[in-house]
Amino acid sequence: MSNVKQQSNGLIWAVIFVVGAIMLVWSMSTSRTGQVWITAEQHAFAQNADGDWAPTDPSSATSNDISWTTYSSVVDNELTDEMIESGDATMSWSRTIGLWLAAIFTLFILSFLVGDNPAYKFAEAMVVGTSAGYVMVIGIWDIFIPNLVGRLAPHLIQNWTLPGLDTSMGTQLLYIIPAILILMLLMQLMPTGAWLSRWPIAFFIGITAGYRMIGYVEADLVAQIKAAIIPLYQTGADGTFAFWATMNACILTIATLSTMVYFFFSVEHKGLVGKSARVGIWFLMITFGASFGYTVMGRIALLAQRLEFLFGDWLHLI
Amino acid sequence: MYNTLKNLDRRWIFLSMLLAVSIPILAKLVFPEEVSTQSKMVFDAIEDLPDGSNILLSYDFDPASQGELLPMAQAFTRHCCAKGHKQYYMALWPLGTPMVDLSVDTIKDEYPDMVYGENYVKFDYKAGGEAVIRMITQDLRGMFPLDSKGMSLDKIPMTKNIKNIQDMDLIINVSAGDPGTKQWVQFAATPFGITTVSGCTGVQAPQMYPYIPEQLAGVLGAIKAAAEYEAAIDEVYPAIAANKKAQEAKRRMGPQLVAHSLMIVLILLGNWVFFEGRKRGEA
Repeated sequence: MSNVKQQSNGLIWAVIFVVGAIMLVWSMSTSRTGQVWITAEQHAFAQNADGDWAPTDPSSATSNDISWTTYSSVVDNELTDEMIESGDATMSWSRTIGLWLAAIFTLFILSFLVGDNPAYKFAEAMVVGTSAGYVMVIGIWDIFIPNLVGRLAPHLIQNWTLPGLDTSMGTQLLYIIPAILILMLLMQLMPTGAWLSRWPIAFFIGITAGYRMIGYVEADLVAQIKAAIIPLYQTGADGTFAFWATMNACILTIATLSTMVYFFFSVEHKGLVGKSARVGIWFLMITFGASFGYTVMGRIALLAQRLEFLFGDWLHLI
Repeated sequence: MYNTLKNLDRRWIFLSMLLAVSIPILAKLVFPEEVSTQSKMVFDAIEDLPDGSNILLSYDFDPASQGELLPMAQAFTRHCCAKGHKQYYMALWPLGTPMVDLSVDTIKDEYPDMVYGENYVKFDYKAGGEAVIRMITQDLRGMFPLDSKGMSLDKIPMTKNIKNIQDMDLIINVSAGDPGTKQWVQFAATPFGITTVSGCTGVQAPQMYPYIPEQLAGVLGAIKAAAEYEAAIDEVYPAIAANKKAQEAKRRMGPQLVAHSLMIVLILLGNWVFFEGRKRGEA
């Protein structure tokens, strides 16, 4: 059995590599496979007589103006020889390396389908590490600095990093409380005093539970009960009997009641209750089937997007 | 046949699925889309607003769901631009901000007349999920003292008169999970009656339909609904219909058809193997 599996394994790898290699060689010989070309655009802002900054012609910008360059990628089928010869488009090495890394990591992750391997583990570790680092950095710059430090020391933050920060409110002392809660939470990392972190955690859990309870009661309980109580006899805009709307209303009512009966375990599922519960199971199964179908569609969409990236952005096959 | 299928290495199924998705992509198979009632409801919610309405777009997804959700997010952006709506972008997921950037790039590339601060504005990610939503329903500046460029909201033309998101005419949420559409329904749409539409992953879609029409004005469930929404936009806006980049969801429906057909065949074969095995007394 293991021999059969090994042969099968080898054959799958061989098919993937041969097909992949043919596609890569063919693509590299006919196009700029794996290359990213860019065009540069100059921007400049100058201060007018009122002291306001306004866009100006980049070619006439002086050292007192603010000027910068932005780069845009050129899609392969829009890249012409004239653009390359005139120097309007240049190959970007940094973006090309990024493209190859993205393609290689995509293949590393997909390699898990054939079996667990070091390449997959490496790519997985990279995703986790990069995401954690990214979240930490934006947590500091998008939340911690403007929403906490910017309120405790607004002038300092305005002068240091956020010139647009509104300092008219001055120091908002109320924000000392969340600052103290943060410090208490960090005590968990200390050898002693870790118990202090339980207070902010308790505060956080309490707030979250309260928030969620209100949301669920209002939007999922009360509003959904209200939405489920509908007339079984439906009419159209002109007041005549609407067959399909009536059917929908009846199915909705039967499905709601029978599914609720299925989850009513205090009474033995026999007789009328048993039959209703059975109908409820059918509705549940239909719901699970719909969920499964949707999930399959979602997963295929994700695979299609990655393959579009490999065939399009990387190999320029489409 | 029975023994071959019973002992088939599952990796052959992976390979067949890879081919089922790859071949339509390489062959550029695109099928016409019929606009369903659900997708039309979402389209109408945006189309029926007066030009220049205030629309909040919250992108609560990350690159892991990009393949499924980005096409509908881009379609929302193009539709809002075509209608001249004012767009306020935000994200409740840390990696949602780069997704917003892709829509902002679309505006810059395809609608160069639109000006940052007058037609669209972007806010940075804030942690807290439902707490962020709850806060901005009362006080936008309390949560977003600055936009993503570090400018005070009082100095930006399109935000200086906005007190909170109750001033929005519509909320568009593109959601891959929690926080996402459920939280927008719970903390903005239901308590404050702010009209909300959702574009969500297929996994979430069955949970969102019960909110229609009272709590959600419409739901785009997965890539199929995104393709229908693109088709609805194409019918009204020929310039968008002529833009190849604006047909991303429709393009992704070709692989869906072939892959779903393969799935059906595999399910039938799997069931045949199961019942055949039982008949042979092997199951």
